[in-house]
Amino acid sequence: MVDIQMPQSVRIAGGERRRSAGSLALGAHAILTLVFLYAPIVVLVLFSFTRDSFGVRWTGFTFDWYTRLLADQRLLTAAMNTLVVALISTVVSTIIGTMTALAMERYRFRGRTGFDALLYLPIVIPEIVMALALLAFFAFSFGLIEALFGVRFQFGLATVTISHIAFTISFVVVVVRASLKGFDMRLEEAAQDLGANEWQTFRYITLPLIMPGVIGGALLAFTLSLDDFVITFFTTGSGVSLLPVEVYGQVKRTITPKINAISTLMLLVSITLVFLSQFVQRQREV
Amino acid sequence: MQPGRAMNNGIAVDLRNVVKRFADVCAVDHVSMQIRDGEFFSMLGPSGCGKTTTLRMIAGFEFPTSGEIFLHGKSVGNTPPFRRNVNTVFQSYALFPHMTVAENVAFGLRMKKAPPADIARRVTEALELVRLGDYAARRPRQLSGGQQQRVALARALVNHPEVLLLDEPLGSLDLKLRKEMQLELKSLQERVGITFIYVTHDQEEALTMSDRIAVMNAGRVLQIGTPTEIYERPICRFVADFIGETNFIEGKVESVEPGGIATITSDDGLTLRGQAIRPVTPGMNVTLSIRPEKAFLAVQAPPGTPNCYQVRVERIAYIGSDTRIDVRLGTRLFDLWEQNSRSTLDRDAYWQPGETGYLWWPAENAIILTE
Repeated sequence: MVDIQMPQSVRIAGGERRRSAGSLALGAHAILTLVFLYAPIVVLVLFSFTRDSFGVRWTGFTFDWYTRLLADQRLLTAAMNTLVVALISTVVSTIIGTMTALAMERYRFRGRTGFDALLYLPIVIPEIVMALALLAFFAFSFGLIEALFGVRFQFGLATVTISHIAFTISFVVVVVRASLKGFDMRLEEAAQDLGANEWQTFRYITLPLIMPGVIGGALLAFTLSLDDFVITFFTTGSGVSLLPVEVYGQVKRTITPKINAISTLMLLVSITLVFLSQFVQRQREV
Repeated sequence: MQPGRAMNNGIAVDLRNVVKRFADVCAVDHVSMQIRDGEFFSMLGPSGCGKTTTLRMIAGFEFPTSGEIFLHGKSVGNTPPFRRNVNTVFQSYALFPHMTVAENVAFGLRMKKAPPADIARRVTEALELVRLGDYAARRPRQLSGGQQQRVALARALVNHPEVLLLDEPLGSLDLKLRKEMQLELKSLQERVGITFIYVTHDQEEALTMSDRIAVMNAGRVLQIGTPTEIYERPICRFVADFIGETNFIEGKVESVEPGGIATITSDDGLTLRGQAIRPVTPGMNVTLSIRPEKAFLAVQAPPGTPNCYQVRVERIAYIGSDTRIDVRLGTRLFDLWEQNSRSTLDRDAYWQPGETGYLWWPAENAIILTE
């Protein structure tokens, strides 16, 4: 059997070596797609190291723009604000989103289908609409509160944070629900059967098992908050600025490789988070 | 002796008129039964008969719509599962995938805040009990189905529950392993002396392991008894049909002798004799139930036997230990099993289709059922 099959398989392998035109085109297509996707990013990163102060020509390697970045107080403050907003909104939206996902998977209640649709709406509606809606909402409620209680609220980090929580919850719900799909609810019964109360059941069984989903949702919320421009722009008010808006402001004045440098750093953070989430998911599967 | 155990008279679980309704479906319909301390008790019935719902009410996953449940004399109707000293072995095992075997077994003791040294000792004991001492550090998914089953058992038994509930725990094992586990479960139960309540739809499994069996259908308990009582003295047609195999012949009672032997006339005019389980009177419509191994086929009519009919062999099926023979009795096919006690090489020893023989049975081998 083996003696007969061996030469056959060799012949087939030899035939495969001569690629058809179709498979060549397929390979070229894949490479072109990758170039199309990543060439701009490669250029961006490359020109954060150029000596040319307009960042359009390659005139030699330097870390200069990164050191100047660290001296730019406005940019650093904006970066710090962005991190604080992203952290707070991530924590809050992850908690609310996870609770919502659990409730949606576990209970059958009146208006569940409608509520389901409402939950996904923020993902599909145009961001500008969401931003304007939030702006109008804050303006209206601040006016109302001032008229009723005489207390004056202002736009600032708080309004941005609330807005970011509002639009990231939906994403957290989607990711956590996906991880709940494979969750065996009987494990919770088993835990209760063994003497765990509701909280212990959640703490020792449910949460550890849906953790990859929760972390995935949190990382998504964090990245979304980190680089959000439209909603941030509409809800910060004057005086405070976050990184994407600050970058935009600087680009309007002059384009320097400093912008490339800050973008490269943001890119680095995003990529790290993505790899981190992949790593966490991988760990669970082992 | 624990408080609240004094008044139970050796009754571990007492269900009184328990009803469970889901929306407009009555899953459990006025079930009453008493399960004794240290007993291997099975609830047997087809799927949807209410056995699992009854078990889940004893565990505390469902609360009865009405009626009462007592655990060792203490009413537990609305007590949540984590406040009942009852543990469950689930059909799917429901082992915690993110914990090792030892952590799984330790979970119940950890929740009860037992001292760590105590936990370690008892976990080791429990794993030894199910012969998994070497597997403590493994994850559930690294074990075979039978091993996972034993972890689930250890995880429940380590808590020394008042009652152990088992929900078709052998359902997902292959036949050979299932037979092994049946014997193992039974001997384990005898060693630990804990009351087992076992839910199954497999009648053979229930007969093999149980001290007593409750046969259920459509939310009701039809009969509670030892395996022998259930098999030999079924009280209704459903029980006779569900447990083992049987031949039914419908007819009308002609006369009754002292001792409950009655003569009946079948719909197609045969005169038959059988043993009444419940009192019968002439004129009553009844069903005669004769198990295939309790009827015999003879070459010549045995002298002086009233239950004897000339029949034609229609079909034979050789299954190794037995030969299953279908004979035509009146308008129906009657199934009987003959043990192959003689060598199959002796052709004359076996019936062939088309042959004529005499079907007979002692009157007490046939059961007269009134419902």
